[in-house]
Amino acid sequence: MGTLLESFHRAFGLIIGLNAELVAIVLRSFAISGTALAVASLIGIPTGAVLGLKRFPLRGIVISTLNAFMGLPPVVAGLFIYILLSRSGPLGFMSLLYSPTAMIIVQTILAYPIVAALSHSAVLGVGPDIRLAARTLGATRAQAAAAVVREARYGILSAVIAGLGRVMAEVGAILIVGGNIAGYTRVMTTAIALETDKGDFSLALALGIVLLSISIAINVALHMVQRKGARGNA
Amino acid sequence: MLRLAINGIGKSYEGKEVLKDCTFEFTSGVYALMGPNGSGKSTLLRVCALLDKPDRGEVKYRDVDTPVADDISLRRRVTLVLPHTGIFNASVFDNAAYGLKVRGLSRAETAVRVREALSAVGLLDKADQNALTVSSGESKRLAIARAMVIEPDVLFLDEPTASVDEENTEIIERTILEMKERGAPLVIMSTHEREQAQRLADTIVMMKKGRLVTDGR
Repeated sequence: MGTLLESFHRAFGLIIGLNAELVAIVLRSFAISGTALAVASLIGIPTGAVLGLKRFPLRGIVISTLNAFMGLPPVVAGLFIYILLSRSGPLGFMSLLYSPTAMIIVQTILAYPIVAALSHSAVLGVGPDIRLAARTLGATRAQAAAAVVREARYGILSAVIAGLGRVMAEVGAILIVGGNIAGYTRVMTTAIALETDKGDFSLALALGIVLLSISIAINVALHMVQRKGARGNA
Repeated sequence: MLRLAINGIGKSYEGKEVLKDCTFEFTSGVYALMGPNGSGKSTLLRVCALLDKPDRGEVKYRDVDTPVADDISLRRRVTLVLPHTGIFNASVFDNAAYGLKVRGLSRAETAVRVREALSAVGLLDKADQNALTVSSGESKRLAIARAMVIEPDVLFLDEPTASVDEENTEIIERTILEMKERGAPLVIMSTHEREQAQRLADTIVMMKKGRLVTDGR
């Protein structure tokens, strides 16, 4: 009990004192997860919008695949990317294994189905009257589609926040492809795993508190977005 | 000024013939389209407003005596106010401004025209309010203002006062009459109320089982 309290005490000391290693790990986590989320959103939101607005062959299969990949086990994604990027793999010549880029790739793969599938649901949730009204008011097909996406904006933002939650909390895949190299690919979740293994709980707890705070902040933001998106609160 | 001629229009949904050989010419003034539920009024309005393509026949717009091509510039000269208005989750002002925004009008001109239209339907004091929080009657008035603001040559109104209380009905009817007095645009509205049709329309057109039957008033 005494050790635990002492660890908490030290952990808060690291946070309040803005410990250089802690700050570097947190910033690296944001940089990697933020980039992965940006890429996933850049391709996921248009994917969701197209799936929600257009009817085309194999659309149902694409939607089912995206829904299935929302629950993709991170370690499986990590293993797959590891095989692709390893020296003997098809993309080994790019020397990306154990780099932040490899971590961004795997996190993008994990976040993309969430952003795309939830954006699709958000766009689908907009009634057909909106698109029709836009058309009657002189919108081109593209402008009418944009009106529908704009109507779905809060749902889409929720999708992005859900994607952020997925990548920030992820550990298995980035540990496999990033290698948890100090000062290079070590992020919050992998650092917590390592420090816990070492029995040094201070930094692990400090990072855990930061991660938990981020998780709470994400959920509060999600709740606020959903409330704002409720009819008539925009 | 646009004139509309429909010739032999036919339309089916899921094997059911909704419009049968509809032929008519709408020239100017206010037309009231009447008929029982399922007689094809809404479908005819959607076809005439270029939202749906007919299976048979043709919809022809003429400007004086020049045929007008069916493209975006024609679509922007006609508009249809739907029974389910499709109000956006945005302010009353932004809703009314949408048609001008897609046409790329300047903010200054947009503001003037939107304020004018909102004033005409009695919604200027609610310009900054979220449009989804207004009553259903006000929502109908907003939909009409949203259509008026683009100054269409042909305005289609699909049951503009259905499920609307007396006060809002009065405001909507007054707005239509004011448009009529100003001499623009060509208005084609569907309604169930014969008295309303007689109050507002120059010509009443009856529909029965997908066919047009002119009444001629």
